[in-house]
Amino acid sequence: MKRFAELLDRLLLTPSRNGKLTLLVDHFTTVPDPERGLALAAITRDLSIASVKPAMLRALVEERIDPILFGYSYDYVGDLAETIALIWPTEASALDRRNDVPTLSEVVQTLDATSRAKAPAVMADWLDRLDASGRYALIKLATGGLRIGVSSRLAKQALADFGKVDVVEIEELWHGLKLPYLELFAWLEGHAPKPESLAAAPFRPVMLATAIEDGDLDKLDPADYAAEWKWDGIRVQATSERGVRRLYTRTGDDISGTFPDILEALNFEGAMDGELLVGHSPDLTAGKQGPVEIGTFGDLQQRLNRKAVTAKTMEAYPAFIRAYDLMQDGSEDLRAAPFRERRARLEAFVLGLDPTRFDISPLVEFTDWQQIVDFRTEPPHPIIEGLMLKRWDSPYVPGRPRGPWFKWKREPFTIDAVLMYAQRGHGKRSSFYSDYTFGVWKGDTPETGELVPVGKAYFGFTDDELKLIDKFVRDNTIDRYGPVRSVKATPEVGLVLEIAFEGLNRSARHKSGVAMRFPRISRLRWDKPAREADRLETLERMLD
Amino acid sequence: MRPDDLLKPRPEGLYCPPGDFYIDPVRPVERALVTHGHADHARPGNQNVLATRQTLDIMAIRYGENFAASRQEAAIGERLTINGVTVSFHPAGHVLGSAQICVEKDGLRIVASGDYKPRPDPTCAAFEPVPCDVFITEATFALPVFRHPDDREEIGRLLKSVRQFPERSHLVGAYALGKAQRVIRLIRDAGYDETIYIHGALKTLCDYYESQGVALGPLAPATIDNGKKGDFAGAIVVGPPSAFADRWARRFPDPVSCFASGWMRVRQRAKQRGVELPIILSDHADWDELIDTITAISPSEVWVTHGREEALVRWCELNGIRARPLHLVGYEDEAE
Repeated sequence: MKRFAELLDRLLLTPSRNGKLTLLVDHFTTVPDPERGLALAAITRDLSIASVKPAMLRALVEERIDPILFGYSYDYVGDLAETIALIWPTEASALDRRNDVPTLSEVVQTLDATSRAKAPAVMADWLDRLDASGRYALIKLATGGLRIGVSSRLAKQALADFGKVDVVEIEELWHGLKLPYLELFAWLEGHAPKPESLAAAPFRPVMLATAIEDGDLDKLDPADYAAEWKWDGIRVQATSERGVRRLYTRTGDDISGTFPDILEALNFEGAMDGELLVGHSPDLTAGKQGPVEIGTFGDLQQRLNRKAVTAKTMEAYPAFIRAYDLMQDGSEDLRAAPFRERRARLEAFVLGLDPTRFDISPLVEFTDWQQIVDFRTEPPHPIIEGLMLKRWDSPYVPGRPRGPWFKWKREPFTIDAVLMYAQRGHGKRSSFYSDYTFGVWKGDTPETGELVPVGKAYFGFTDDELKLIDKFVRDNTIDRYGPVRSVKATPEVGLVLEIAFEGLNRSARHKSGVAMRFPRISRLRWDKPAREADRLETLERMLD
Repeated sequence: MRPDDLLKPRPEGLYCPPGDFYIDPVRPVERALVTHGHADHARPGNQNVLATRQTLDIMAIRYGENFAASRQEAAIGERLTINGVTVSFHPAGHVLGSAQICVEKDGLRIVASGDYKPRPDPTCAAFEPVPCDVFITEATFALPVFRHPDDREEIGRLLKSVRQFPERSHLVGAYALGKAQRVIRLIRDAGYDETIYIHGALKTLCDYYESQGVALGPLAPATIDNGKKGDFAGAIVVGPPSAFADRWARRFPDPVSCFASGWMRVRQRAKQRGVELPIILSDHADWDELIDTITAISPSEVWVTHGREEALVRWCELNGIRARPLHLVGYEDEAE
């Protein structure tokens, strides 16, 4: 538990991906089974544990300490778990207590076997034996509040680094593994063979496209490629085998629980690749490719990242899959077959499925690249974010090989906004003001109106440009709030940033009423006076 | 004599009417008694300053030899008389030269402890409890959530991280007087013998500590003239916390920002400041030490200054000790 707590503390405060990987690999290297496997599961949130209610812990602590002193402390610290962890009275000093610390496996096993009535005494005993870090880890674990900024993808990458294998191998195995991953670690350490993935409906590592670059098209023959729209939903893999149904993200996270409506419709044997979207069109029942009523990405977000989903939400935002590819058809693995053949099989496959839950992503007919250029400029539907080009003869291979598949995103939207606030970065950028909040004008004229913040961006500029912006921020600071500086932004003085973004959603949370998707800085407009930056109405028009 | 007649808060600082002197005045006064050299307690411009020799030395280093018109050295434990009031200085364990000031008249004794810490610190004399009627205590960390861990564990985590990330430099933010030297000394005690790089603002004080018998091992200025950027890979660099947000810090390769402070106990504090490796190390008493000290001294009354007064006053009430906040202004939280 001590090692786990220490890992948790470090991960929470380490912003860089590489730093987190180092910490995880070190943990796997130095901590024995089964502790490291349980730590891994806790981090990837695959550890289900009988949960303890925060109110019970608060009652426990108030038996031990004056409630008014507890109140002062809670006000100051702001987080209940942390307050309890820090305030818990203990007798011995941390150094004397070390050998008596409960292990992670003791905690997990005991909590599972403990009745609700006995849980307070068990928790109190552990809290007595742990130090403040350990208590924090225990409370977060037991109350189910463990959020540490490590994606399961990153955890898998750390396993791959630890065992010096390709992360694809880990992704493939992942869903067949059992806690605390003894076979996995034995294989990664080289003293056991690779565990066989025996589970039904495993994740199949997905095939990704590379971006089209200048001049690429000239070298390619249009006859070799199929084109289809790139839809703006989330890429998923739907599999159903021997009664096991799963919906995965493209990184192998299991999101079945979030989409019971899709899961129910997976009445096939096979594995398909597609785009998850919300909304559906009655036209599809007739097998027509008419205009489809697809919700916006904002609608889709209503369904994402939810552990439980209500019937009402499912009705208002029904999910469906627009199919791209077929990897498995019944017992037949199609991945080695060329795209042309897989596509034909996919068309037949989708015909047999519930048309309100599945349709096929239509191919875009073309004979020369100029047509593709035109389609990209004027896509026929707002939810299209570009085009895909796939070689007719390409097998389905995991990863991102260059050549068989290309993606060509539409030009981003751009606006000119004014820099309003700048925040210091982390790690390498900790001495630079590198995170920027920018705004556009609201009101009749810049002189009588005001700037309203419309977004935040922290990349898109070069290191040299960063130095220049940093200097501008330091020279034009009007106020400071901790790591944030408020920067002079008037019609006369202000730095205009050209912001590129992928789309715009309505947002009740932002003062401006809009939220940008994927904003980044595309150009610094030192030449442009702040008064000439864009106005909020320009953004509002883009919403419609 | 009532305690209020012997010492009372005034805008300039804590004032002794019969002795006509101030303790740690925040504005220039005729006669100042100074507990220790931190800038919020020891300020320039007073006519006469009475302090320990080390505090006087430190004030001269920081403000120049003319920091006061005249100065007088108070030897530890020596009883001096000022206008009929007896004063004596006793070790506070806070930083080098730090002292509590005991003020006594007509059988009434008040101890103004300044900032203090009872736990052992290899860079200064140990705190000494002084029996008294009124104990004036600081309250910087006066919440029961503040319990500073063992110094050795904290330094151990720093050294572990240095081994874990040999390609990065570790920037340790530490207040220039006291904390920086204590961090360096503790790193040495943990067996680390490499050169430690220091920010220019630390140099004279580190030299002074050395001259007072606190060995700090090999130190070198963290300047680029010393070599190229990569030279600081794997190194420990100590500097004042403010320098790490400054352009100065750009010379280091992918630095791990560390901050040695009692505030690092609270994760959100560390996160807000962008600290990657918090080192919970304070020169102030933590909650347990505050209440243990009050219990040991057992004064009939406690006055609480700068910090979280309400919690400590509450604890005193619960334990039947008369207590009140003093509401002195002008003293800062530790190294914020």
